[in-house]
Amino acid sequence: MNITEKILAKASGKNEVHPGEIVDANVDMVMVHDLTGPLAVEAFRKIGTQKVWDNKKVVVILDHQVPAESVKAAELHKTMRKFAHDQNLTFYDVGRGGICHQVMPEKGHVAPGNVIVGADSHTCTYGAFGAFATGIGSTEAAAVFATGKIWFKVPPTIKINVKGKFKKFVTPKDLILNIIGNLSVDGAIYKAAEFRGPTIKTMSVAGRMTLCNMAVEMGAKNGIIAPDETIAEFLKDRTPKMPDFKALQSDKDAEYERTVDFDVSKIEPQVACPSSVDNVKPISEVGDVPIEQAFIGSCTNGRIEDLRLAAQVMKGKKVKDGVRALVIPASQEVWRQAMQEGLLEIFTDAGAIVCGSACGPCLGGHIGLLAAGESCVSSSNRNFIGRMGSPKANVYLASPATVAASAVTGKLTDPRKLEAKA
Amino acid sequence: MQTKIKGKAIKFGNNIDTDVILPGKYLILVDPNDLAKHALEGLDTEFVAKAKPGVILVGGKNFGCGSSREQAPLALKYSGVKCVIAESFARIFFRNAINIGLPVIECKGISSAVETGDELAVDFAVGKIENTSNGKKFQVEKLPPFIMEILADGGLIENLRRKMKK
Repeated sequence: MNITEKILAKASGKNEVHPGEIVDANVDMVMVHDLTGPLAVEAFRKIGTQKVWDNKKVVVILDHQVPAESVKAAELHKTMRKFAHDQNLTFYDVGRGGICHQVMPEKGHVAPGNVIVGADSHTCTYGAFGAFATGIGSTEAAAVFATGKIWFKVPPTIKINVKGKFKKFVTPKDLILNIIGNLSVDGAIYKAAEFRGPTIKTMSVAGRMTLCNMAVEMGAKNGIIAPDETIAEFLKDRTPKMPDFKALQSDKDAEYERTVDFDVSKIEPQVACPSSVDNVKPISEVGDVPIEQAFIGSCTNGRIEDLRLAAQVMKGKKVKDGVRALVIPASQEVWRQAMQEGLLEIFTDAGAIVCGSACGPCLGGHIGLLAAGESCVSSSNRNFIGRMGSPKANVYLASPATVAASAVTGKLTDPRKLEAKA
Repeated sequence: MQTKIKGKAIKFGNNIDTDVILPGKYLILVDPNDLAKHALEGLDTEFVAKAKPGVILVGGKNFGCGSSREQAPLALKYSGVKCVIAESFARIFFRNAINIGLPVIECKGISSAVETGDELAVDFAVGKIENTSNGKKFQVEKLPPFIMEILADGGLIENLRRKMKK
């Protein structure tokens, strides 16, 4: 079996599972946030159960409309605060956590081999830690609150082999955009995407999270990477119990639906152009694209490694007149680290605004929205019509290095070219 | 849930995402009737008026891709959408729709056999879809019995309530 099959077999009490089989899996952790939680709370009340099945396995994180930008959002927060209190759940209030997908592993709610569901589509991020993790809706989250179980159709798995060394200013974000551009937005629909190969082994935790985070953008049920020492090192002071890694490696004779190979040494910075995540081009082919906004942040690319890279590009430079640059560290922990390393000073000196840890403009619900006719280059994960504000705005997805370089020049820019000029 | 549904079709293309079905800025709305006022406004500002009498949505590949927001199928259901038929669905949308009692059917070839305005007749119990405007018929794979049960109960909550009473 491969790693996804092994985890689902164990969670459903079976020795073996096969693609297409429907299993009833025990859930190790369920997460909801301020925009999906209130519907889940309402559904949970309707089910009529008094207490959640296990209060140690339910996490509530406020991160989308944070801090509350409207009375309606404040009411949603109030609902979640009360539910978390009444049920004695782990709860991250405004200023205590940050973006859910950063907070979950940071605070030790993710371990290799776990089955984790979250009422947010980017829950697949935790596959970076060797967990089977996938997004669900609010009603289904409520059902998990009540029963601790969920059904899954065991997915066929696509093996994504990655080799080669990243060129300077080419990042895991460029790799995953290149993969999605090749496989298309429905290329992995209903399937597991298992990232393997020598490049993955040398990749940081942050880079692995970026890959798994965007697996859903090609339709995947989950993205996953076999856990190793890099993951153990990250989790050692965070997760109470570390499982045996060897049991979580895909077998040599494991079955895959197909195998695709990528060589990162051949990849240059990538851009997903409006309005589909698979409309991907190398930056040298996008032409002259002026921008009004640049956004560095989100559950895809708001980690300390991302901020360091952006700061490296922006240091001593200024954000172009007519462009606003937003920097949003993915969590309070990342925020503090960025402050200590002097990164926030580099951004503010350049004329960028640094906001509190939250989802921010990524989903167009809170701050940093776009007007009709404006363009934004963003380190986030979706460029759908209307995603970041007006349906007549354009969103270009790229790496934090490309976003930072573009903020400085006022148009989509290869970070390597900006460096050459300096 | 009725197992037989009839209605006029409204057709959309491939990769209809949850941000156009229901933009993020409306996720702070709680009442499904309020959500419904903004259904698909990113693609067609007239959609809500067109859907009101009760319609069947026909989509291409990967319908409902993107966010896990259950508000997307809720907005469709309360705007008057009786059922969604598509070449394929994004998996979270598919589950969400079933869980809130909005029937969804995967049917290869449907988008080239239907135009907006055609009259469709769907029979879930036997997995049949007919375009009565042009006579084209499809036989689709039936959903597994436990999913049919959730739909028959009107959604996952009602299904769980019934099971827990036993």
